[in-house]
Amino acid sequence: MAERRMIDARGSFCPGPLMELIAGMKLASVGDELEVLSTDKGSVADIPQWISKVGHEFVESREENGVWHITVKKTK
Amino acid sequence: MRILIVGGGTGGTILGNNLARRLAAELRSGKSKITMLSASDRHMYQPGLLYLAVGRMTPDELYRDQAGLLEPGIEFHVDPVEEFHLDQNQVRGKSGKTWDYDIIVIATGSRIVPETIPGLAENAETFYTEETALKMFKRLQRFDGGRVVITVGVPHKCPMAPMEITFLLHDYFKDRGILDKVKMHYTYPIGRMHSLENVAKWVQPEYDRLGITYETLFNMKEVDGANKVLKSEEGSDTPFDLLIAIPAHRGQEVIEKSGLGKGGWVPTHRQRLNVEGHDNAFVIGDTTNLPISKAGSTAHYQAEALGENIAAMVKLGTPVRDYDGKVFCFIEAGKDRATYAMFDYQNPPDPQPPSRAIHWSKLAYNKLYWASARGLL
Repeated sequence: MAERRMIDARGSFCPGPLMELIAGMKLASVGDELEVLSTDKGSVADIPQWISKVGHEFVESREENGVWHITVKKTK
Repeated sequence: MRILIVGGGTGGTILGNNLARRLAAELRSGKSKITMLSASDRHMYQPGLLYLAVGRMTPDELYRDQAGLLEPGIEFHVDPVEEFHLDQNQVRGKSGKTWDYDIIVIATGSRIVPETIPGLAENAETFYTEETALKMFKRLQRFDGGRVVITVGVPHKCPMAPMEITFLLHDYFKDRGILDKVKMHYTYPIGRMHSLENVAKWVQPEYDRLGITYETLFNMKEVDGANKVLKSEEGSDTPFDLLIAIPAHRGQEVIEKSGLGKGGWVPTHRQRLNVEGHDNAFVIGDTTNLPISKAGSTAHYQAEALGENIAAMVKLGTPVRDYDGKVFCFIEAGKDRATYAMFDYQNPPDPQPPSRAIHWSKLAYNKLYWASARGLL
């Protein structure tokens, strides 16, 4: 059964939100949704870029009080 | 108050010594007790493996007797934990003995899992254990030229290691007089040369200057050993004659088997360092799921913050400070130059140009580590 997981990468300079997502993807199952919390505006661009290149699904991106919530879905 | 520390690495050792000093009176009176369980009677200086892999250290320089690093008030046992029962305030060791506690600190570290990438363990050299670092050095000695690919898995311990091994290999080949026969190529998982933006901005011109090529957004998928090709999740292939890997890591199997966290990473409060949902169980070092570097300095700063808090819990009944996410990493930029990166949850690093002085500081720290583990630095 697909799960929805949150990856709290706020304040993460190293390894950073994208690296946290890549690590989280490895532990996720196909169909799982992962919501990354990031205080780095660059995540809004670099997470969808990686998701597109690897072939997973970008779900949404929104900003709340300086925190970006970027949701993706593992598709393979 | 019975305090149980599981793990005798950097974090567990610094914490134990910190606590033993803060609670000296309580230990003498018998009101408190500190017990440490570890998987080994030896303590390894893990950053030394980098030097071992290029012939700049020998294995005997990496180890000290663990009991000899600990304050006299700490009861030390070699009994790796095989079951955690946080709801019962108990763990069970390999010996079969059950250990009860009032406060527990989990500092069991992480391990490489090259087996999660098909072909990687069979075809790559790594340097995260004594055995593999020595094997890598012997392979380097036989290597006479060709394409060397340095590739990086996620997550990994020591965020500076990919660059450091690249710089050290460059100087190793240069010293052997075979640099003109070697083509070095570096791959990195995200869209720049390092996770820290300022470090990435510094390292790219350094690689350009040294003639090291690179590919970003490259995550290992599999290694075709027969054809000597590394394939990425992103769809690209890179050929190699010598493959040097920083493999992905996971926490210890016992963490996942005990239901404490997926991948062996324990969900941890980022400031208080307690296991989410438990007020008397804490996590430090690589074992946390926190979005910060898996590095000895992280464990060190967490151990200092947690030592102060646990001592305050014993004396005042409440913790007194937060961990601020502080990390400090030296960055070896070759055999004779280094720089460093220091940052926390709020402040990014601003690495300075490499210098000989910082390299000497790093060499000094390689020796001073033992004083650091004893809690004296």
